[in-house]
Amino acid sequence: MLRLTESVYNQMVAHCLGGLPEEACGLLAAEGTTGDVVTCYPTRNTAESATLYTVEPRGHLLADRDAEEAGNAIIGVFHSHTHTDAYPSPTDVAQAPDPDWHYVLVSLRDIRPVVRSYRIVDGRIDEEPVVVRSR
Amino acid sequence: MSVVHLPTVLRSHAGGEKTVSVDGSTVGEVLSALVATYPGMNGQLLNDDGTLHKFVNVYLNDDDVRYLSSLATPVGSTDEVSILPAVAGGSDAGGSHLA
Repeated sequence: MLRLTESVYNQMVAHCLGGLPEEACGLLAAEGTTGDVVTCYPTRNTAESATLYTVEPRGHLLADRDAEEAGNAIIGVFHSHTHTDAYPSPTDVAQAPDPDWHYVLVSLRDIRPVVRSYRIVDGRIDEEPVVVRSR
Repeated sequence: MSVVHLPTVLRSHAGGEKTVSVDGSTVGEVLSALVATYPGMNGQLLNDDGTLHKFVNVYLNDDDVRYLSSLATPVGSTDEVSILPAVAGGSDAGGSHLA
């Protein structure tokens, strides 16, 4: 299960919408104690593409440091699919960097964004519930 | 000795440590020493030809070493090396397998 604060959810979706017509991406940090995602780090998509994303490396470094200093940890990545379902593509699966991460897809294909989350381990895709809580 | 910050995906090879210290006067030497100390990292940092793996980003302090002198970048005793996975994907196009 992926538990997000409402603030993180809104920030994530807004960043994806703001990135149109290209894919947008960012990182998510969770509290060590609860595992709840409490910080969204929007990053630049250096691929500058409607079908590919690459998290800006320096943005990743700064997000990782900020999360560590706050006592949190980067536990996943989100990115948008501008014209397809919120489901990991073969590219997403092949390049999933960490089996412990959560992989969040934001589909902007329809008027209403669709957010889904997955675990990807050894090429196997397992969807998990996304729970948004207010804070 | 240089301090090296490890990503979560590599920590299991270093007994769960977030940071380790290894010898090396260049980034390449630091990474080679890392692999020599923690053989489980073999193939995840460097390619067979000794170049930096495509799906790894390495930083000297705040700078991506690919924008410095890559593996030949000098490392001083007070410098810190950070390793993070390259994070990429997308809805289309063929991808390569991550080690």
